[in-house]
Amino acid sequence: MSESKTPAPAAGPGRTTEELIEEAPFTATAAANVPSAQAAGGRSFLPKSTLLRHLLIVLLSAVGAVILLEVTDPFTNSQLASLTYYAIAAGGLTVLTGLNGQISLGHGALMAVGAYTTALFLQTERGEDPLPLPLILLVSVLTATVVGALVGVAAARLHGPYLAGATLALAVGLPGLAVYFQGTFGGDQGLRVRAPQPPDVFTNFIDLVSGASATGTKWLAYLGTICLLITYFLLANLMRSRIGRTWRAVRDQEVAAELAGINLGTWRVLAFVVSAAAAGLAGGVMALVVRLAAPTNFTLVLSLALLTAIVLGGLGSLLGALLGSALLVFLPPFVTDLGADLGLDSTEAAQIAPLVYGVVLIVAMIFAPAGFVGTLRLRWMTARAKRATAGRAADRG
Amino acid sequence: MQQFVNVTLSGLTQGMIYSAFALALVLIWRSTRIVNFAQGSMAAATAFIALAIINAGASYWVALVVALIAGFVMGALVERIIIRPVEGGPELNAVIVTLGLFVAIQALIAIIAGSSFQSFPTPFGVRGFTIGDTTIALTPTSLYVIGSVLVVMALLVALFRFTRTGLAMRASAFGQEVARLLGVRVGRMLTLGWGLAAVVGSLSGLLIAGGGFVYPAYMDSLIVFGFVAAVLGGLDSPIGAIVGGLILGLALSYISGYVDRGSALVNVSALVILMVVLLVRPGGLFASSTARRA
Repeated sequence: MSESKTPAPAAGPGRTTEELIEEAPFTATAAANVPSAQAAGGRSFLPKSTLLRHLLIVLLSAVGAVILLEVTDPFTNSQLASLTYYAIAAGGLTVLTGLNGQISLGHGALMAVGAYTTALFLQTERGEDPLPLPLILLVSVLTATVVGALVGVAAARLHGPYLAGATLALAVGLPGLAVYFQGTFGGDQGLRVRAPQPPDVFTNFIDLVSGASATGTKWLAYLGTICLLITYFLLANLMRSRIGRTWRAVRDQEVAAELAGINLGTWRVLAFVVSAAAAGLAGGVMALVVRLAAPTNFTLVLSLALLTAIVLGGLGSLLGALLGSALLVFLPPFVTDLGADLGLDSTEAAQIAPLVYGVVLIVAMIFAPAGFVGTLRLRWMTARAKRATAGRAADRG
Repeated sequence: MQQFVNVTLSGLTQGMIYSAFALALVLIWRSTRIVNFAQGSMAAATAFIALAIINAGASYWVALVVALIAGFVMGALVERIIIRPVEGGPELNAVIVTLGLFVAIQALIAIIAGSSFQSFPTPFGVRGFTIGDTTIALTPTSLYVIGSVLVVMALLVALFRFTRTGLAMRASAFGQEVARLLGVRVGRMLTLGWGLAAVVGSLSGLLIAGGGFVYPAYMDSLIVFGFVAAVLGGLDSPIGAIVGGLILGLALSYISGYVDRGSALVNVSALVILMVVLLVRPGGLFASSTARRA
């Protein structure tokens, strides 16, 4: 392993983790910038090609997901189904915020676009079959992409607080359209979604794997997992590609990026579009899992919860987005029970989860802006840099 | 004609409240370059404090004073404890911290005071004045709203123009380093600025609650409206914030008054107005400096 390939500039030898963490802005982005273990020349069992490596990871994750879904009970299955749509949306958001430096509070609204599209396409006359599910989800993605492109064109010219405010207006404003056009979107009640039956292939597959009954819940959990794996595979490849590198350049050094011939606006819009596509798919899966598309599902708290997930996991890290989403799913029941034990009534106890989100956002930003995965990665990098320096000193001595 | 007058009058009243809220955002933006997305939640918290005091039997005015003082203390504490570590850092971090504060305070209100709608009293009547035979939409309450916002603005202008503290605050907003070299305690000025902004924000929260209902999220749309108004005015100019608030108030009032079932469209309209302003005049309608790099 050659010394010249030390991962990121911020992790130079001889610097302590504390120093690194204090330089929040740069280290946080550096954490998202770290080349993969392979690219950095570390020892790794994974294949050299990025595509093959990601394919292998996806395959292993798929096996892991099947095992996880088969050993857990139906309730956990449905929780995991919720996890998939949070994770898909958070994955898209972490690309936007972590890689390209644009914040969005409007991803809840973009999920609403996907969810309503899915719900509308599943509503068919009696006896008439709806379109195949993959096609419906694809249409949902496309619709959200179009809306995302519109928002992205406006967002590309904004930054920081302006962008936050504009997307905040989107999150608060867009659900109002569903109320206004109540003939199409069902008003405050929303649209009920009739989840399609699991196909025979799936029933046979479950029969083969565990012999358990292939319920609708299980089918939705598998469907969400498939969507999640596809999304993360695509996003991970994108992040490691020329496009991902350009996004990082746009985020870190606007002027240098422009000098290198990068059109800032175009790339920002592209990031927003990709991110919106993920949000659209997440919305579609959400509509299927929740079996309802209603304005109350897409409040500002949803957008802020997604933000919490990616900030806590570490901006720019898909693994971080996944871990953060797990928190969104498994934390609320836990703290709600805790609140009930403390003598709060159910509506009050339900508010503990948002309270935790808020506190987590504040604490994470002040003490560990690199997030969970980012902080771990920084520690790992620091340790490695230290080992390298120690090794060099020993060589000289 | 009568409808036009009424819609205009209620638009102006609402606009004054948006102006006050936008002014609170602008005050903080000028001094710390942070948009305080938690302003609405903080204002809601003070409204609930006021409500608790009123329910305990005290008069509206006592509750108002206590709530404004509570707002000041809360604003100052928030700046000192939570915002100080992220001041001057990357703008995204500060945005995320204020958003976290926004959710946390709102949830805390819901846990302590409950999520149900509670009616909030107003010291004056809500019946419109009558001119001849027709009743117009100008009520004693709306006069009180307009009057109190004007008084607060006059006090702020007086503070910034005619006192040493105001001068020091302007200096620290203008150039922190220079002000510090000249002996201004910049940190204190920032804390004071956040406190004052929180007072103005709380006032707008109490005014919009008067005669209506409060619940933990009742300020959500006001954050958007306040932000839109502030951006209309350029986010940097107090006068711009006031004019922006009035324009927005009138525009939204016409939309909800004249469009069929328009009240459902109010939030979307604010979004559209914001987008148009940001795309056409990113520096706001009254940008004093040349357009900043967007």
